[in-house]
Amino acid sequence: MVRKHTHRGRTASVESGADIAIQTQRLTKNYGELVAVDNLSLAIRSGEVFGLLGPNGAGKTTTILMLLGLSEPSSGRATVVGFDPTRDPLEVKRRVGYLPDDVGFYAELSGRQNLRYTAALNGMDRRAADARIDELLAEVGLADAGDRQVEEYSRGMRQRLGLADALVKDPSILILDEPTASIDPAGVADVLALIERLAREKGVTVLLSSHLLHQVHQVCDRVAIFNHGRILAQGKMSELTESLAGDQIQLEVGVEGPADQVEAALRAVRGVKTVERDRRDPNLWIVGGPPAIRDHLAVDLAAHGLNIRHLRRVGDELDEVYLRYFSRDEDGRDHAA
Amino acid sequence: MAVTTQPEALPIARAELSRPPRAGWRVVAGKEFSDGILSVRFVILIALLGLPAIGAIYSTAAFVGNNAGSLTGAPGLFVAIFAHQDPNSQVPSFASILALLGPLLGIAFGFDAINGERAERTLPRLVAQPIHRDAVIIGKFVAGLAVIGLVLGVITLLVSAVAFLVLGVSVGPDELFRLLTWFGVALAYLGFWLAFAMLCSVIVRRAATSLFAAIALWIVLTIFAQLLVGIVAGYVAPVPASPTIDQQVGNAELQLDLARISPGTLYVEASEYLLDPTVQTVGIVPADQASDQRAIPSTLTFAQSLLLAWPQIVALIALTVTCFGLAYVAFMRQEVRA
Repeated sequence: MVRKHTHRGRTASVESGADIAIQTQRLTKNYGELVAVDNLSLAIRSGEVFGLLGPNGAGKTTTILMLLGLSEPSSGRATVVGFDPTRDPLEVKRRVGYLPDDVGFYAELSGRQNLRYTAALNGMDRRAADARIDELLAEVGLADAGDRQVEEYSRGMRQRLGLADALVKDPSILILDEPTASIDPAGVADVLALIERLAREKGVTVLLSSHLLHQVHQVCDRVAIFNHGRILAQGKMSELTESLAGDQIQLEVGVEGPADQVEAALRAVRGVKTVERDRRDPNLWIVGGPPAIRDHLAVDLAAHGLNIRHLRRVGDELDEVYLRYFSRDEDGRDHAA
Repeated sequence: MAVTTQPEALPIARAELSRPPRAGWRVVAGKEFSDGILSVRFVILIALLGLPAIGAIYSTAAFVGNNAGSLTGAPGLFVAIFAHQDPNSQVPSFASILALLGPLLGIAFGFDAINGERAERTLPRLVAQPIHRDAVIIGKFVAGLAVIGLVLGVITLLVSAVAFLVLGVSVGPDELFRLLTWFGVALAYLGFWLAFAMLCSVIVRRAATSLFAAIALWIVLTIFAQLLVGIVAGYVAPVPASPTIDQQVGNAELQLDLARISPGTLYVEASEYLLDPTVQTVGIVPADQASDQRAIPSTLTFAQSLLLAWPQIVALIALTVTCFGLAYVAFMRQEVRA
């Protein structure tokens, strides 16, 4: 699940701050009474693909705008490639490529003309810009469509043009807001493959936001699960799954036999807290309790003369992980960071 | 997370800092200017102003032709082409056509300046480039002014060309200065409407609504202003059934001052001074002074006319700058995200 080339053993350098691309310290943004981003502290390493995951309205775009210096924090601070986006927005924007949520282009201009404008705004000279634009259009698969008006583009094409646009300035950091939203599954795969290639081959640091965990988790080295402006959890996907499951697990157990006898036997297993019968398959039972019940099940059921035909852990699918973080957040108890 | 150390920028990054800052507004203005002159609006507005301009030339030409004898050697004939209105014809002068239709020119190139970018969702992408945020609104204003100047310049040159070639009018330096200054005043007047339309485009989210708001002010100022001014003046400085001279003059002067809040009035008054060397006042001249020595027909030099028009010119520029300033501040205070 986690890519092999990433930065194991870099914890030390994180602490020294030597190759942190993006850092926020208690970053907060209020809109009147509403707290859009609440004491956000993040550190994203150079070359890392970091996923900011959360539902719509969680504060992802607000965070991104603050990182780009396009919105001023109410308190706290951010550092992007060594600059404070509030004080040196131009230095940040010179080095950060940004693909906004639902990106737009000048419809009456061609894709190439749109990119030329971006290049000019970045102070690139025309000839160098044209060469780079050709290269980028080919890279995102728009080489043939580059001279057509953006008006004629599909959403997927616009999204890919948006990626090319973010790359025109040859950024060291790429910030992608919902890069896979509103495009078809094949397009999603293309975009993700492109992001992965950029991070791997060019060492670009990528911060991407998404509300679709299952779409983006493969490309992310680390993710932060984010809601109501707060980080609920962050780390590698595998760690998050593990930490959630830490206290309670659910097992799907297949046992043949008279229902009441099986149920009584399951309830008698040491540590078991909940026993439910599967609605569709009468021979399947969902058993909940601490991780130790995995070991006790076979022994205790055998004592009742019952054999386990099937045993599977349930509830650690990604979207369930995701939802469970949010339901814990709603309860207002556990704001693990 | 308890990371407290401040990562320092790489030395390379610091070296890049020394590059001179680029003028982002120039890039924005360049793009907006080429959009502007390639747009359908541009063609429509050229036609809209061009047709009445031709009509004005026509009626002036007829007048000049009929009175050729008395006009020979008369001063200010060249500038009169722009300002003269034939009393026997319905066609207004070019300068007064501009007072009426000019605002449309300003509105056309400003009403969707900012909300158009929002509607196309290009604004976040634009301001994420290494330019200051004000480069967007400054670039758009400069480009709009340049496009308007181009339209106005083309038509002014056309009218001049007809005056030279068909009517055989000659032009001296005094008249040239008059025309150039008038051109600047007209541009400031259209600039006011451009700035006002841009202000609407910042405040109002939908382009259609901001167009409507700008046109509403245009209609109010051109059609209802005189009415409103009369009502207010009648209330503040009432004229009784058998008024004294002072009461009448007081009312009239108040009306005039109130009318001067409108950029249209300022433009028309400045145009009268600048384009007609015989105009010495656009204010109220009581009947007993009309026969006074001050009213003896004489022609003023350019410098004298400029001095007379100066308050109007300054007020017009101040209005334009204020309006753009409001648009600027409103835009800078807005969140990037709608």
